[in-house]
Amino acid sequence: MNNSKFIDRIGWPRLIIAAFLVLLLILAQISGLGVQGLISDTFRRYGQYGVLVLAMVPGVQCGIGLNFGISLGIVGGLLGALISMELGPEFWVGMGAPEKLIPLFTILLALVIGAAFASVIGIGYGILLNRVKGSEMTVSTYVGFSIIAFMNIAWLILPFKRGDLIWTIGGSGLRTTLTLENSFGNVFNRFLAFKIPHTEIEIPTGLWLFFFGACFLVWLFLRSKVGMAMSAAGSNPAFARANGINVDKMRILGTAISTAIGAVGIIVYAQSYGFVQLYNAPMMMGFSCVASVLIGGASIRRANISNVLIGTLLFQGLLTLGLPVANRIIPVANLSEVMRLIISNGIILYALTKSGGGKNA
Amino acid sequence: MNNPVGKKNMRDMLFENKVTLLFVLLCIGAFFASKQTMGFLLGELFTRIGRNTFLVLSLLIPVLAGMGLNFGIVIGAMAAQIAVFSVSVWGITGFKGFALCVLLSTPLSILFGYGAGKLFNNMKGSEMIGGMVLGYCANGLYQLLFLFIFGGVIPINNSRLMISGGVGVKNTIDLKDTIKYALDELPLLHVVELALVLLALSAVIAWSAAKKKGDTAAGKRQVLRLVLSAVGFGLTFVPPIRSLLTTTRYTLLTAVEVVVAVVIAYTVGSVCYKKLLLHQEADLKKAGLRIALAAVAYALTYVDSIYRLLLSVKVPVVTYCMIGLLCFFNEALMKTRLGQNMRTVGQSLSVATASGINVDRTRIIAIIFSTVLAGYGQLISMQNIGTFQTYGAHETVGQFAIAALLVGGASVQKATNKQAVLGVVLFHTLFILAPSAGKNLFGNSMIGEYFRVFVAYGVIALSLAMHAWKGKAAQKIQLKPQGEKPGAGPSAEAEGAAQ
Amino acid sequence: MDPQYVLKMENISKDYYGNRVLKDVSFCVKPGEIHALMGENGAGKSTLMNILFGMPVIHETGGFEGTVEIEGKPVKIASPQDAMKYGIGMVHQEFMLIPGFTVTENIKVGREITTPNLFSRIFGKSIETLDGQAMRTDARRALDTIGLGIDEYARVAGLPVGYMQFIEIAREIDKTGIRLLVFDEPTAVLTESEAERLLAAIRDIAAHGIAIVFITHRLNEVMEVTDRITVLRDGELVTCLNTAETDMAQIAELMVGRKMEGQLETMAEGRVFSGSPVMTVRDFSVEMPGERVKKIDFDVYEGEILGIGGLAGQGKLGIPNGIMGLYEAEGEVTVSGEKLDLHRLGDALDKGIAFVSEDRRGVGLLLNESIRDNIVFTAMQTKKQFLKGKLLNSRAAGAHAQEMVQQLDIRCTGIQQTAGSLSGGNQQKVCLARALTQNPRILMVSEPTRGIDIGAKKLIIELLRSLNRDSGMTIIMVSSELLELRSICDRIAIVSDGTITTVLRPNDSDAAFGLAMSGTVSKEEGERE
Repeated sequence: MNNSKFIDRIGWPRLIIAAFLVLLLILAQISGLGVQGLISDTFRRYGQYGVLVLAMVPGVQCGIGLNFGISLGIVGGLLGALISMELGPEFWVGMGAPEKLIPLFTILLALVIGAAFASVIGIGYGILLNRVKGSEMTVSTYVGFSIIAFMNIAWLILPFKRGDLIWTIGGSGLRTTLTLENSFGNVFNRFLAFKIPHTEIEIPTGLWLFFFGACFLVWLFLRSKVGMAMSAAGSNPAFARANGINVDKMRILGTAISTAIGAVGIIVYAQSYGFVQLYNAPMMMGFSCVASVLIGGASIRRANISNVLIGTLLFQGLLTLGLPVANRIIPVANLSEVMRLIISNGIILYALTKSGGGKNA
Repeated sequence: MNNPVGKKNMRDMLFENKVTLLFVLLCIGAFFASKQTMGFLLGELFTRIGRNTFLVLSLLIPVLAGMGLNFGIVIGAMAAQIAVFSVSVWGITGFKGFALCVLLSTPLSILFGYGAGKLFNNMKGSEMIGGMVLGYCANGLYQLLFLFIFGGVIPINNSRLMISGGVGVKNTIDLKDTIKYALDELPLLHVVELALVLLALSAVIAWSAAKKKGDTAAGKRQVLRLVLSAVGFGLTFVPPIRSLLTTTRYTLLTAVEVVVAVVIAYTVGSVCYKKLLLHQEADLKKAGLRIALAAVAYALTYVDSIYRLLLSVKVPVVTYCMIGLLCFFNEALMKTRLGQNMRTVGQSLSVATASGINVDRTRIIAIIFSTVLAGYGQLISMQNIGTFQTYGAHETVGQFAIAALLVGGASVQKATNKQAVLGVVLFHTLFILAPSAGKNLFGNSMIGEYFRVFVAYGVIALSLAMHAWKGKAAQKIQLKPQGEKPGAGPSAEAEGAAQ
Repeated sequence: MDPQYVLKMENISKDYYGNRVLKDVSFCVKPGEIHALMGENGAGKSTLMNILFGMPVIHETGGFEGTVEIEGKPVKIASPQDAMKYGIGMVHQEFMLIPGFTVTENIKVGREITTPNLFSRIFGKSIETLDGQAMRTDARRALDTIGLGIDEYARVAGLPVGYMQFIEIAREIDKTGIRLLVFDEPTAVLTESEAERLLAAIRDIAAHGIAIVFITHRLNEVMEVTDRITVLRDGELVTCLNTAETDMAQIAELMVGRKMEGQLETMAEGRVFSGSPVMTVRDFSVEMPGERVKKIDFDVYEGEILGIGGLAGQGKLGIPNGIMGLYEAEGEVTVSGEKLDLHRLGDALDKGIAFVSEDRRGVGLLLNESIRDNIVFTAMQTKKQFLKGKLLNSRAAGAHAQEMVQQLDIRCTGIQQTAGSLSGGNQQKVCLARALTQNPRILMVSEPTRGIDIGAKKLIIELLRSLNRDSGMTIIMVSSELLELRSICDRIAIVSDGTITTVLRPNDSDAAFGLAMSGTVSKEEGERE
């Protein structure tokens, strides 16, 4: 009785994937791969992607469905990061900040600017999505693609001046990949990071603290008066209206929050990765996030924090652990990309068939 | 009675076609900004029209069946690519190779299309996002196939195609020695001969059927058809016609002349056929207008600058004929029971179900058609390009085809052949000109490059948003008339309508 | 003389999940006759027709008992296609037409005439060419039969609403071998002159020998056009009469009246209230699709239960929904002298009106949330109760929910159980609990017993009664169940065609209620007075 309830709550798909992960770990051990390194990797990527996945929750809860247009938030975050980097350490030195804290200040400034940009973009985006109710996902995917393409032009012509940001030749246009070594690379990752005694497994404490903190804030928000009104507007608009809630406003709120978290997410991602990637790099990121939260048990209509926590771990674990093992069997160079494509899109397809279900017929 | 509707309002028409109009302006602007010559533009454009129109046309059927823009045509393109790869491995060349590609891609496309159709039936209302995601997912499987299964599971010993280790296919495959220009340079003669034989054959079959029924009038018509096809066959031996039929690439001038001749012949022929054989009224005004237009087009070729321009551009005849044939097929299909069922399903699932139409089956058939045609389209495109980008050729197929269709003024619910062709012209004009325009305007050709990608995505986003937007507006309007209950009784109205 | 029946349904019984909706009903139609099928909502008319048409909903719920004979031969109708085969057609209330198609295409949809071509000989019949000429001829013939002079190639989209019904009829007539045509409330959306014309067309069709089953609640139309009348009530056959031998009042009484049985027999005493009303409604119109309200006036007095009754689709549901601001509404509504802003969502809540919606699962509940959250939601949002700062105060909310669960006797495993997993009756109690948590001045309940079992119905009604009689709560109760209204309301306003025909006392006669619901009363009374 208790057992079956437990399984119901977690859900069979997740149990199977978790079991599969364990199997992968065993296989990795047998085939002599560095299991501890793989686990460290998984842990790092867990925090790296987590905040981006978290951005899905307010979107789903407010009723716009899976936010494929998270690229809008990503773009906002990238702008924030770039502006903060353009100001550079000199700015903080000028302000009289202690040198040790400069990277931290840099990333905090990036987060603030990024979230601000993204909130504004998100409000406009929310207004658009209110106009296209019922086709949010299709529209948002292409709005996301469009903004990436648009920003490609913007990256070329925006007046950034700093030498390590722009192409050396020509003197204008941002580079495709910007290293964060001299600004805020790994600030969170390194904070209180430690190795589990007697192993090589590293825990990126700061990164995790930030990720879990963000999750906690969103969790708190969802339990607030406004948050509950927003969830009600998403799960049952008619109910919300009958309780005097302005559904459209709540959807805009949710979209803006989702977009802002997306901005924060990409900055956290970049600091962990060590590089800021511009141009087409963030194009398909939305798909991974969507797949992660779905694998965690969310649906097109409902998502909560535990879906994020579980989903990100399973999805990243699958990729990080699965890859070297699979590479043993299939010795192909860019297998990671292929696996990511198949897994993430397969999951999304599955979720779509579950939700549409031909009921509209 | 139709006039007030037709003239209704210029403003509405402009508004409805705003995407197309915007594109016309963009194209004109880009042309001047790019400082390219008309000759360059036309040359490039006609290559691209031949290359891409078939793919765009393959999108029409699902739109009519109410399934929206089929982002899933990517899987048709993949079927074509698997076929091309196989044929390359077997080393079959020329038109034979191309024909084999067609034969091979057809069952594959049908299979893929069937799967996609099944999938879409499980997500009614989300077909578009589903098609998109399906495309990406299939791309992963495709890469797995080409990276690992070819060579890894299925041993292929071919150093020209495979990566040095023998596992995985090379990034680019040169089609120069296999199917490059296989269709472009196929003499029209063979096609005409085949068509005439088919015509004769169908005449014979229909004649025997008519005879069994004792329908002499129909029998007569078939005999006439048989005679016509024999005459046609005879005509192919007339030297000037024969030389025309054996030329594989016409200059644009020849193409214009041939089109003008065909239009006039067809118009005159159909009027005669209607008047003399069916004894029906023929629309002489329309026919006259058509002939006049054709004559004007012909006259224009005598303007010196146009003449020179027309001489400088060449088009592959058979490819263009295939595009024409597909346009005809799209039209003809809609005049069959199946086509009518598709339209019904597209308009209202509930009416279709209540009328005993198998909705799911009809939708699957629509997707299969689209997928198979997309496969053919990709074959045409590949034989024209001449190289096969193993891992990239299909990636943008769906998006660009859809963007082109939308630029032509199509929407999620309505698309026509004309819109498809117009869309290809406009979209690719911009595509050709954008890099040089970007370079001239901003001193950076990358800006033009990015701009055209932005345009492709932007136009899709815009159209999808406008569709959803419009849909909502329409719902609001629909609610009203029911409440107002038009005052006049049917009898009074009926009299008015009859007048 | 035993005339051959075109349709003979005998001893039909049907239950949905143990709930018996048809009991031993027989129904016979002669060729060429117009036969009215009458009854209140839920009397079993639609179930009987669903059986006749072999709708999937019947087979999915375990089929039915009894026999169906077409022209004397027993038949099995397993699907709508079967029904079509036997020559049974239906003209739907909501139009089954495609606006983008021409009249011909609509008439011929799914039954196109085709001619073979080269490809169809290879690939099969489905790609035979359409024969536009033949289809137009057929369509013309069908249109002429019912005397509709529109062009068969006109697009349906531009035609007036009144035509749609005729095109539907033309489609049914065009079907070969049509024997029996069912009209489901055909005049509901028509103007008077259009309705006249439709009735004439129906007579024409019947004159061609086609039997007509005419489902309607408009008594005058029934008297005017039909030959015989079958009345159903509560899933039972009441009687089958010749139209010539009866009158409107008798039919109305037959439809409504019932032998007093079961639990809800007690008639309310019908207390009389006076003084200044707690709520006044003037010139009140609501644009709720399918439940339109047209310029009505009424008052509600402190401490009374005002009932609002009437048939489905007549507008009674529009009244509470309009007051809550859920649909566009015009007019003046005051609560204790304060004017309600009908255009501001939530204003009614702020002014102390609580609403329990008729759409319990759609509007009334967050099915995936806990009982606790459902109960405190409105009070939290509109009165900022159960909050600690900006966050939900779980303890206070839980304590209150627990109290409500006990007070209303909500059967659940605990206040954390999700509302979706409760039974209908308990869900309704949760809705009521939420409304009571608001501590409202006026409680509006809409269809409070819809879709819940008999025992629970009684509990809900008793709950409402005690709220009113013991706690003095003012209640507006909207319901299709007349008996229910008559058991606790002090006054009952009957709504027909968007207006209040009359306000009755619970102990007025059955015939008065029946006529009021058919909307004929105003005319009749007007003539009498």
